Amino acid sequence: MILLDRVTKSYNRKGDALERVSLHVEPKEFVIIVGPSGAGKSTLFKLLTREEKPTSGKIIVGGIDYDKLKDKDVPLLRRKIGVVFQDFKLLLNKTVYENVAFALEIAGIPNDEIKHTVPKVLEVVGLTGKESNYPLELSGGERQRVAIARAIVRQPKILIADEPTGNLDPKHAWDVIKVLEKINRFGTTVLLTTHNQEIVNALRRRVVTIKDGKIVSDKAVGQYKAS
Amino acid sequence: MHSKRSITIERIFKNGFINFGRNIWLAIAAIAMMATTLTILLFAVVSSATFDHTISGLTSHIDVSIYLKDSVTDDQRSQLVSQLYKIDNVQSVAYTSKDQALKSYEAANATNSDLLAAISETDNPLPASLTIKPKNPDDLQSIRNFIAKPTVLGLQSDPSNDSGDRRTAIDNITRATHFFQEAGIVGIILFLIISMLIIFNTIRMAIFNRRDELVIMRLLGASTAFIRGPFVVETMAYGTVAAAVSLLICWGIFKVASHTLQASTLGLLDIKYADQFFSSHLVQILTLQLLVGILIGAVSSLIATRRYLKFHR
Repeated sequence: MILLDRVTKSYNRKGDALERVSLHVEPKEFVIIVGPSGAGKSTLFKLLTREEKPTSGKIIVGGIDYDKLKDKDVPLLRRKIGVVFQDFKLLLNKTVYENVAFALEIAGIPNDEIKHTVPKVLEVVGLTGKESNYPLELSGGERQRVAIARAIVRQPKILIADEPTGNLDPKHAWDVIKVLEKINRFGTTVLLTTHNQEIVNALRRRVVTIKDGKIVSDKAVGQYKAS
Repeated sequence: MHSKRSITIERIFKNGFINFGRNIWLAIAAIAMMATTLTILLFAVVSSATFDHTISGLTSHIDVSIYLKDSVTDDQRSQLVSQLYKIDNVQSVAYTSKDQALKSYEAANATNSDLLAAISETDNPLPASLTIKPKNPDDLQSIRNFIAKPTVLGLQSDPSNDSGDRRTAIDNITRATHFFQEAGIVGIILFLIISMLIIFNTIRMAIFNRRDELVIMRLLGASTAFIRGPFVVETMAYGTVAAAVSLLICWGIFKVASHTLQASTLGLLDIKYADQFFSSHLVQILTLQLLVGILIGAVSSLIATRRYLKFHR
């Protein structure tokens, strides 16, 4: 589903943000990526969403070879991948409902289908009743859940979640993880980064550890010890 | 496929108008700015037209009079007239007989009994005359040359009144005329460029304020048209409202000015004409305003959104 082959990304500073990273993720897999801040996790995500281009190496996601991807097709790629951003990236002058609906609107989904789908997804993330609130009227955890609702509403084959529990108290953090596990059970490949040691260890999933731009460990049932 | 496109277009317009409402303060600021520049542009257009009108009023009074000796026969006169019509620059020749000259003199001085008495004592000293209106007041030379011919000169009681001081005055007026007409055109072009720049910058600032939106939409996989469309719709709405506001402002100003300044038009600028011009050219003015407002608005937002629509770094 996701294939990275000796991917290097260097900004014009000393050292590489990512150095010859190779990673293979099977369909329907749930992979947790851990590592200290600055290790290269966010760079990896930006490469997957084509926010940035690799300096060298090959990336293939969902059968799409990024080397052959034309700029005009980038929107189509992004519609296939659900992304939960660390800083939510919600549209502040749109309501909760509109933020989630927006992901469907850009794909040209008919209005009646949007009206049917959005409330369901908001129910899944526990935001029923908040439809007409604006993001700035919500708590950090609620905003995080809007971001998740927006990412999953298109039922993507791949979901990338960058620190989705970073701003949440333990209870809400677990709510979010449960949502991710649920959509993974429905067949979505999930790529998750987190700092939360407790969650990583409890999930008992594949854990990839990145440090200084390199993959230092990749275990089928991994453990993580935040240092 | 067709229905998908129509859904997209419908959403672009819907989002554009929703954004207009939700960013109302930004909209008001941008509209105020655009309306101001459009008003200045409109003033430039109307004042240039008013200058033109004033100038053509002045130049239409430029004519050349030939005063005829009493001895000139009707035949000689009509021959002279037909010769005058052969000159390219002659638009019309009007004949004023001695009697008519006397009547208009009396009418002009009806209140001044001294002047009237002075004239009635003798046997009508006023000469008959031909008044020549030129097509182009800039080029009186061909007419002057004709009048100065010895054969024509022999028929005249007085030197034609185009000579001397009046001649320099006419030359000065025509020179000033050209200056004002050219200055008017340059002024309009200048204001057009300035308003374009100001509108462009206003839109750029408005979009800069909301650049995060553009970047987020891009990351979510929205197509270029879907991101830009609502912004373009929104700025076109700015342009429309700004054009209407500016038109209302100008309409009000000209109405008030034509009433209060009518008595003191400074003898130079015909304020009333400005109001008339404004009313009679309303459609053209509105078109210009909308064109500048909407077109520049749309183009500005297209250019201003470009830099936030990159796919990757």
